[in-house]
Amino acid sequence: MSSVLVSTKINGDVVQFACPPDETLLDSLRNRAGLTGVKEGCGTGDCGACSITLDGQLVCSCLVLGVEAEGRDITTIEGMADGEKLHPLQTQFIENGALQCGICTPGFLVAAKVLLERNPKPTESEIRYALAGNLCRCTGYDKIVRAVQAAAKDMRKSRK
Amino acid sequence: MKHDNSYTDQEFKVVGTRVNRPDGVDKVTGRAKFGADTFAPGQLVGLTLRSPHAHAKIKKIDTSRAEKLQGVKAVLTAEDLPDLTGDDSENFDILENCMARDRALYHGHAVAAVAAIDASTAKKALKLIKVTYEKLPHVTDVDKAMEPDAPIVQPRNLQDGKPSNISGRYEFGHGDIEAGLKDADVVVEKSFKTEQTHQGYIEPHACLASVSPDGTGELWVTTQGHFSFRNVCAALLGMDIAKLKVTPSEIGGGFGGKTHVWIEPVALALSRKANRPVKMVMSREEVFKASGPTCSTSMDVKIGAKKDGTITSAFIECRYMDGAFPGIWGMLGGMTAWACYDLKNVKSIGIDVLCNRPKVAAYRAPSAPMMAFGVESTMDMLAAELKMDPVKLRLHNAAKEGTQSSYGPVYGPIGIGPTLEAVRDHPHLRAKLKKNQGRGMACGFWFNIGGQTCTDLNIGVDGTVSLTVGTVDVGGSRASLSLIAAEELGVPYEHVRASIGDTASLGHNDTTEGSRGTFSSGMATIFAAREAVEVLKDRAAKMLEIPVESVEWDNGVAKAIGSEHGNLPTLTLKEIAAASPTTGGPIAGHHEVTADGAGVSFASHIVDVEVDPETGSTRVIRYTVVQDAGKAIHPTYVEGQFQGAAAQGIGWALNEEYIYGDDGCLQNPGFLDYRMPVCSDLPFIDTKILEIPNPNHPYGVRGVGETSIVPPLAAIGNAVSNAVGVRMNHVPMSPPRILKALDELAGM
Repeated sequence: MSSVLVSTKINGDVVQFACPPDETLLDSLRNRAGLTGVKEGCGTGDCGACSITLDGQLVCSCLVLGVEAEGRDITTIEGMADGEKLHPLQTQFIENGALQCGICTPGFLVAAKVLLERNPKPTESEIRYALAGNLCRCTGYDKIVRAVQAAAKDMRKSRK
Repeated sequence: MKHDNSYTDQEFKVVGTRVNRPDGVDKVTGRAKFGADTFAPGQLVGLTLRSPHAHAKIKKIDTSRAEKLQGVKAVLTAEDLPDLTGDDSENFDILENCMARDRALYHGHAVAAVAAIDASTAKKALKLIKVTYEKLPHVTDVDKAMEPDAPIVQPRNLQDGKPSNISGRYEFGHGDIEAGLKDADVVVEKSFKTEQTHQGYIEPHACLASVSPDGTGELWVTTQGHFSFRNVCAALLGMDIAKLKVTPSEIGGGFGGKTHVWIEPVALALSRKANRPVKMVMSREEVFKASGPTCSTSMDVKIGAKKDGTITSAFIECRYMDGAFPGIWGMLGGMTAWACYDLKNVKSIGIDVLCNRPKVAAYRAPSAPMMAFGVESTMDMLAAELKMDPVKLRLHNAAKEGTQSSYGPVYGPIGIGPTLEAVRDHPHLRAKLKKNQGRGMACGFWFNIGGQTCTDLNIGVDGTVSLTVGTVDVGGSRASLSLIAAEELGVPYEHVRASIGDTASLGHNDTTEGSRGTFSSGMATIFAAREAVEVLKDRAAKMLEIPVESVEWDNGVAKAIGSEHGNLPTLTLKEIAAASPTTGGPIAGHHEVTADGAGVSFASHIVDVEVDPETGSTRVIRYTVVQDAGKAIHPTYVEGQFQGAAAQGIGWALNEEYIYGDDGCLQNPGFLDYRMPVCSDLPFIDTKILEIPNPNHPYGVRGVGETSIVPPLAAIGNAVSNAVGVRMNHVPMSPPRILKALDELAGM
């Protein structure tokens, strides 16, 4: 299969890569765009470690083809901090000890950011269901939920 | 230099504070590099062909068409991995597990591998390899494997000179259990089963291997033990240990599952054959089928007791399903079974049994949760029989300082009594329950280990500290170890940077297992720092032009002591470091040790569940962990260990299991069908850290990572049993099993 040239926007930058038509966007991001913050945990859309946004929509990049990125707008974990200024979610994940091994962390952060953009004041239950597509095996989710609650509070304060 | 590792009741300045971890920013920004996150120029993609059968003779492997495919650089079978293991049967087992030889021993067993220029070429090549199998009878159930006419998994495994699936039998205890039964007023007995589960780390096994024609090699790999990976790979491939450098990546979860090699020797062999770097990453399906899950078990428990609750006789026999290669799981289980209690007559038997399933690896306090399920469930049955409160019954029989443990040693100061008292006094135990809800509690024990450890500490000319340790950071240990170095040297935590050294940078470090990371590397860090302090004092003496005996180290500052030096200025670590190039060169401390004296650890858990009688589905609605940490160096990460262990136990208790079909094939090798707890399945998990110092560690550290996976199976089993009114004796207590139990109760 010959490769297809794909033009897309990733974290604000226009990026071009060539990929075979059957390659997942996850593989294109990792192996062609060098964005290894996007993790593969399963390749079947069950663990959420490869979470990104595609035109603002939260998706598992392992369930999207690289060629589908043509003309789209992608954000990954690498685009979350503003320069050296961390996003409140990133800060609170560190402060709350919401990560142990850290492999699921990029996916959780991307998913949590989408949640808080839509729902600035989620209940515990809303947080738990919004993050139910992301598997973490280290933390039992306790400190992740607390970090999201704390970040939501920080973000509401900074909006005022 | 010999150091005294005894506990000293010192006051801490930074140890015990909740600082941010040094790898935090890298891990929240995507910069941290895990096993699959590195690349080498000219790297190939390695893939594995796996057996579709549970047990089969490999009659022929034809690789000729794959070899001819454009872009294929190497094809590998067992013929490329000659047996260089000598008399080391354990290494031969590893070799055969990495690549099947004359027989495929389980569904998913590797039979061939390829390295090609890209993934699609490698996939095509796998399809072109033709393996001729002759299917053999298989066995995947532990009890069936012990029957006299069971198919034999490993003909080389002999019992009484005859091939057998029983690969080990271990017995522990003391006293006379039969005599104890005669003294008993009440006897309870029950049989239990637990199904096979997987550690479920989110990061699949991954490595990048490069072997040069000059015989040197490099391996970048996600592992809990890069030194043991190096030693094993070198032995299997006939390489010199010093010529193979293994660098551990950030590790995306291990829980015991990354203590063994699988793809790594194959990747090195492919690289050697292709003369190019080879990257191998397991798919999730491969992780389930062909890494090292834990044992399934089957067991019988019998307890006799007096009317006042005093246990007079305690017995358990547990059969552990080891997979296709022998392990020591029965031994570990047998040692842990009754460790919580002070017993006059006690016996535990652990039996290891081979089956056509993947070779079992460690999973967090390996073997302990299963026997704890049997023991702690039967303890609750005894409490019910005696009409006694379950916590009171356990407290009445709890082991204490001076108790001879069921596995031999006499205990020093231990935490089982205090954790039970904390449970007894916890408001959770008095909270009201609603309809269909039940409460349970259970206890757990784990040894913790020490082991070979080697640590380097270097002080830069600016006074900052570089700490290099050889235990992999699985959950925040770099923060804990930096705290320890900062404490010893009297410098701010932020001035210490801890890293994990590769195998060329440090002496051998045992694998990060047995909750040993913070215990043993912590001990080595303390003594490396104290050595550095000696150097600092020496340099300060030179700078002040006084004898070193007249210099005292006090919280990061060298002070001259004695009236004759009273006017001399103090020197900070920073000032001494700045002068180091002219006072004798670099300032460093080093320590190597076999860290003995790891402290045993106990936990007691309380759980409330709600069972839906219509669907049989169980929800955990409240959970409390109480565990003895010895000393919590970084309380946040200690709590994290408690919570993570409890969550894994909850998954094991309620849902997770390997499901094999009659064909011996694994039916659920994916996260959708092997369902681990997700965020919406769990409540907050409350924790209470107790600190009963380990007498054999300067700070009192015991090790905290594993113990809390031991109680949940039984705690939840007791809670569900209380909720539904029938004793649950088979884990996981998945909806079909609960519905079946409810039907039986209703006489249907």
